[in-house]
Amino acid sequence: MPADTPTSLQAATPRKEAATAALADVAREPGAAKPDPVLVADGVVRRFGGLTAVNVDHIEVQRGAITALIGPNGAGKTTFFNLLTGFDKPDEGTWSFNDKPLNGVSPYKVARMGMVRTFQLTKVLSKLTVIENMRLGATGQRGERILFGLIPPLWKNQERTITERADDLLARFKLDAKRGDFAGSLSGGQRKLLEMARALMVEPELVMLDEPMAGVNPALTQSLLGHVKDLREQGMTVLFVEHDMDMVRDISDWVIVMAQGAVIAEGPPLEVMADQRVIDAYLGAHHDLSLAEIVEEEGIDAPELLSTDAPPSTPKDAS
Amino acid sequence: MDWDFIFTASVSYALGAVSVAYCLAAIGLNMQFGYTGLLNFGQAAFLAAAGYGMAVMVTTFDFSFWVGLLVGLLATIALALILGLPTLRLRADYLAIVTIAAAEVVRLIVRSVKFKETLGGSDGLQQFAERFYELSPLSDTFRIKFGPFLFSNQEVWVMIVGWSLVAAFSLITFLLVRSPWGRILKGIREDEDAVRSLGKNVYWYKMQALILGAVMAGFGGFVIGILFNAVSPDIYATALTFSIYTILILGGAARVAGPLLGAILFGFLYQFVDVVLKEAVAADYITFLDSSQTAQVRLILVGVGLMLLMIYRPQGILGDRREIALDAR
Repeated sequence: MPADTPTSLQAATPRKEAATAALADVAREPGAAKPDPVLVADGVVRRFGGLTAVNVDHIEVQRGAITALIGPNGAGKTTFFNLLTGFDKPDEGTWSFNDKPLNGVSPYKVARMGMVRTFQLTKVLSKLTVIENMRLGATGQRGERILFGLIPPLWKNQERTITERADDLLARFKLDAKRGDFAGSLSGGQRKLLEMARALMVEPELVMLDEPMAGVNPALTQSLLGHVKDLREQGMTVLFVEHDMDMVRDISDWVIVMAQGAVIAEGPPLEVMADQRVIDAYLGAHHDLSLAEIVEEEGIDAPELLSTDAPPSTPKDAS
Repeated sequence: MDWDFIFTASVSYALGAVSVAYCLAAIGLNMQFGYTGLLNFGQAAFLAAAGYGMAVMVTTFDFSFWVGLLVGLLATIALALILGLPTLRLRADYLAIVTIAAAEVVRLIVRSVKFKETLGGSDGLQQFAERFYELSPLSDTFRIKFGPFLFSNQEVWVMIVGWSLVAAFSLITFLLVRSPWGRILKGIREDEDAVRSLGKNVYWYKMQALILGAVMAGFGGFVIGILFNAVSPDIYATALTFSIYTILILGGAARVAGPLLGAILFGFLYQFVDVVLKEAVAADYITFLDSSQTAQVRLILVGVGLMLLMIYRPQGILGDRREIALDAR
């Protein structure tokens, strides 16, 4: 079974090649149009009092590709995730999944439409066993209606099918040994795996992972990476938030960079990481200079700096 | 001190109809708090809504007993909807605050002078359960003798119906918490956002659990009303809610048999303390209390008992220590 061995990290797979080819001609600019977008957002704004946490003009997520959403702390990535999945309501904007508008749609309906998320702080259901966590993910269960639930013969067959599917996924994620344990007894990395596996029980079209690698030890990281790539191989679209640049470079087909709530750059990982705006946003404009050098540089070039329109070291003058 | 008397008095109370009512209310609370994590601190109001719904229809408006039952149930469901609609969207603590306040509002309304004509004020309402006792298959002279105590034919009839309801509701709970429906409730108790992210309508499931628990508690309200053939407002004070919590936690929350074991044990201890104190006062072993004060002392002991339980055995008798320990991680 190919699913048992996550695709090796460097290997080019058919889906990987397809995604790369589809995105080859896409403009390297914020809000670039994609050939086959699964998720489109327009003018999404979220303010917390005076702070504008998210202000995304336009964004498209290519179907069948792995898209990374990166940006420094406080860039609004997780808030944007919450808005897209209905867990938070924006002040303005429209967004759609498979051309179906998602404005005001409750989170559970978003999930049923095929757009399933995980959380930055892993949410496993501690006092449920691992297998029960998995079963909970399956949609369209007859026994979830109260009167049907009272009569086991009405849902036992379906439960068996669901359990088989859950066991397959657990085996693939190497959690089968933990099947009967309380989810609360798992380690941090195992919880991440369980949360991802549980999301797959919903049979999503778009999987949204909020920092899948946060707090995961390096040994598990490789296996998690393989699983994320596998999602694409099985025809799913992946949108993930991540801080770890190595991981982003390794697995994503396309990278969207956010800073201060807005999208500032887009492109394939290697190009984006070489983009000066991205480096500035992440590390500050003078990241490669020591403090002494900056002072020295400013001292020498002071007249020149003042003559430019927007010297990066004095942003107040720019406005 | 007559230990035979103390023992039989306590056992007969523990198995009697009052225990039945507490047990039904605790089964309902188990569905809400034990399985779904809904902090309902107004369980007394659901018993009151059912009891008063029945009593008002029969005594004030002269409808039949059956209409009374139906209206009592509808009143309970309506109260659950009124409390749940605005609060179940919010964090769990809001439900706790709203329910504890609403329970007091309900009690103050039914005992108010303004509605004395309809609801009977602080005297409550009497004489509405005759139809229930007419249905009894037991003869008028039927008695069960238990030590020095007699269960009258009427009380035995209430006990038969009441314990049958306990059995039925326990079975319903057993079936539901093992079903996919119950799995969603338990998921909500652990983390409702996670359940939401998996495509479940969390709000609706919380509402179902609240209503189902309220209806079960409502039957407890019927039992109390029918047993005394009277409803009076001050039975439904906050102390009733906390006694129900004590029962649930003593037996073990989120355990099907928890409310049953809890109610019997609680009934036994509650009566035992009272009788022992009364006997001790009568025998001059205790001189700082008189016999009318013992009832207050046992309420104090309920409070102390609930605190000790939460500190030393939060999982109750039937609970699993490991489950509780998971929260500490």
